[in-house]
Amino acid sequence: MQRSSPCGMAKQIGNSMEVLKIATAGSVDDGKSTLIGRLLYDTKSLTDDKLEAIERTSKQKGYDYLDFSLATDGLVAEREQGITIDVAHIYFSTLKKSYIIADTPGHVEYTRNMVTGASTSQVAIILIDARKGVIEQTNRHFFINNLLRIKDVIVAINKMDLVDFSEERYNRIKSDFEVLMGKRDYQDQKITFIPVSALKGDNVVNESKNMPWYKGETLLQHLETLDRKDIYNVGTPRFPVQLVIRPKKEEFHDFRGFAGKVYGGELSVGDEVVVLPSMTRSKIKEIYFYDKKYQTATRRSSITITLEDEVNVSRGDMLVKVGDLPTIDKQLTATVSWMDSQNLTAGSKYVLQHGVNKVLAKVDAIDHRILPDYSGIDTGVTSLGMNDIATVSFKLNKPIYYDAFKKHRTNGSFILIDTRTNATAGVGFIN
Amino acid sequence: MDTLTLDSQSSAKSSKTNVLERNALENEAIYILREVVAQFEKPVLLFSGGKDSITLVRLAQKAFYPSKIPFPLMHIDTGHNFPETIAFRDKLVAELGVELIVRNVQDSIDQGKVVEETGKYSSRNMLQTTTLLDAIEEFKFDACIGGARRDEEKARAKERIFSVRDDFGQWDEKNQRPELFDMLNGQIEMGQNVRVFPISNWTELDVWSYIQKENIEIPSIYFAHKRSIFERDGLIWSAEDDVVFRSEDEKVEERTVRFRTVGDMSCTAAVLSHADTIDKVVAEIRESKISERGARIDDKRSEAAMEKRKQQGYF
Repeated sequence: MQRSSPCGMAKQIGNSMEVLKIATAGSVDDGKSTLIGRLLYDTKSLTDDKLEAIERTSKQKGYDYLDFSLATDGLVAEREQGITIDVAHIYFSTLKKSYIIADTPGHVEYTRNMVTGASTSQVAIILIDARKGVIEQTNRHFFINNLLRIKDVIVAINKMDLVDFSEERYNRIKSDFEVLMGKRDYQDQKITFIPVSALKGDNVVNESKNMPWYKGETLLQHLETLDRKDIYNVGTPRFPVQLVIRPKKEEFHDFRGFAGKVYGGELSVGDEVVVLPSMTRSKIKEIYFYDKKYQTATRRSSITITLEDEVNVSRGDMLVKVGDLPTIDKQLTATVSWMDSQNLTAGSKYVLQHGVNKVLAKVDAIDHRILPDYSGIDTGVTSLGMNDIATVSFKLNKPIYYDAFKKHRTNGSFILIDTRTNATAGVGFIN
Repeated sequence: MDTLTLDSQSSAKSSKTNVLERNALENEAIYILREVVAQFEKPVLLFSGGKDSITLVRLAQKAFYPSKIPFPLMHIDTGHNFPETIAFRDKLVAELGVELIVRNVQDSIDQGKVVEETGKYSSRNMLQTTTLLDAIEEFKFDACIGGARRDEEKARAKERIFSVRDDFGQWDEKNQRPELFDMLNGQIEMGQNVRVFPISNWTELDVWSYIQKENIEIPSIYFAHKRSIFERDGLIWSAEDDVVFRSEDEKVEERTVRFRTVGDMSCTAAVLSHADTIDKVVAEIRESKISERGARIDDKRSEAAMEKRKQQGYF
């Protein structure tokens, strides 16, 4: 049925190791850019020309140490103001793993960037200034990483050099943070506390000589030992169809392939599937990746599927396994993180993009808003502004096929597009 | 994009059970290319003949198989290309059976739309922007696929995968659309277009490793060869063509060199190297201590060079 010659295998690509994406969150001046710069420096990831540029600029500015933040702050406005204003991506690798750091800003007005960075990350680092301890922003950073269900979170208590590397101070901050943890919704999140000095290099890559009382891992040691099971949840397979491939070639005269990416679990040849929304049943006939056929495709593979029967399938449809249906409904309730300067109001309409499927959505009601200091909820709100997070219910013009976000990150999330400006105005996590 | 799993354990397993292995970066790029074709009416792949755009072509072959690549390739020709690159381009296009569009910077100069730079550091690299924007308008392209990567340069590190440009081709870095999970929002107004970067998350080493594993053919100038060169400001320049300005006191010598990028000859420096096979090149990159754009003089003009060029519509 399928060719299975060993030479038909796709080979391992890249550095044949894992890629881990890390979201960072900290307030202004917590030293986030310095921490990233330190990671790059101590892992020897800064190239000579970059290092030279940092040394030159640090000297020009009259600093008596290397300003590593210059390694990451990319935009002119940022360099002028000395702050990070947008998500930047930084790449480095060790012998074990490749890392991508999403450097997301920590100011009050930039919650949206943090949500964005966390949405594509598997690990998060929350920075706390040891002098200031747990502050309002820490609460927000933790809440967002918990909302996005990041499985592994590192709390880096930074600037330990400015509090005399005090164990007492560290323990105090840790217990303050643990109070926040009690209130979290997603309890399975693993949280690791590490006392660091990014500026001096303590416990970032190398173990600190100044804090012998700390027996745990350094930041990099922690990242290096993370296993796939520590950062991913296994769910059920969902296959949203991106494109129908009809080659119009003699050789592939009757070929109708459904191109898309597998999310959540594996799909195999012979699997009985249901096409949504038509509810037509068929069986997977072939799984293609480029010009080779495979028996099984694991999650997050971009493949092309053919079915045993002639079934009507188009973009936005979804293949799922028989007996494993998602919710199919024209209404839903979700936690929405609002990202646009134009407010979300009850009754307004948006394009709701759920994976690759688009429908029209009308805001039915704003049920309650999370208070900006995360101390509780606020009912009776009629609109949401930039950075607000609230529970919102929607009515849709057509049913979509979704799972709860806590069961399926991909099939449980959507974006809202402003129909006038085409801006991505918000993101929703389906309840 | 939440796609970053390289399954290092599965290689042994897959040879027994025929399970498709995951290469997160490749899967992500294929997903993006398919979104482009699904969401836009007139996409085009900007093809420079460099390794990044050659990699994009292979990814596009994979994304749409068994169909042909469903968009044309377009080369904005500065007229200062390495001859090897042009020969390579024409051969590749013939093999793929796809349409190639070429638009020349020389024409923009002849039409008086841009003025050629003069002097020691003159380059046509900046002039490409005008030719590109004119071509986008001429063909009404709504999505231009490019091989830029976020690891190349600080301002690139902030650009989105779907990057919206206005009527003037300008990038508004303060008003970028957030990109959440895998979802790409390609909705635009008339006159706007989107620059698409499917290999945003690849590093230089990822690209080279992919070329190695996939056995992709690339222009010969990427491999070590003997060339007449001269040195300036610690960089090595080709002295074989008239394109690079050389003053009398800059001495020509023959050295074994290769190029790490194949941009406009006037702003692409060579590196001393004996890496004459892909395996040796990959090994060399792994060891390398000079970042790739370090050999591109156009970024050294100022700290903010790239960002300024992007705001003006540069790729």
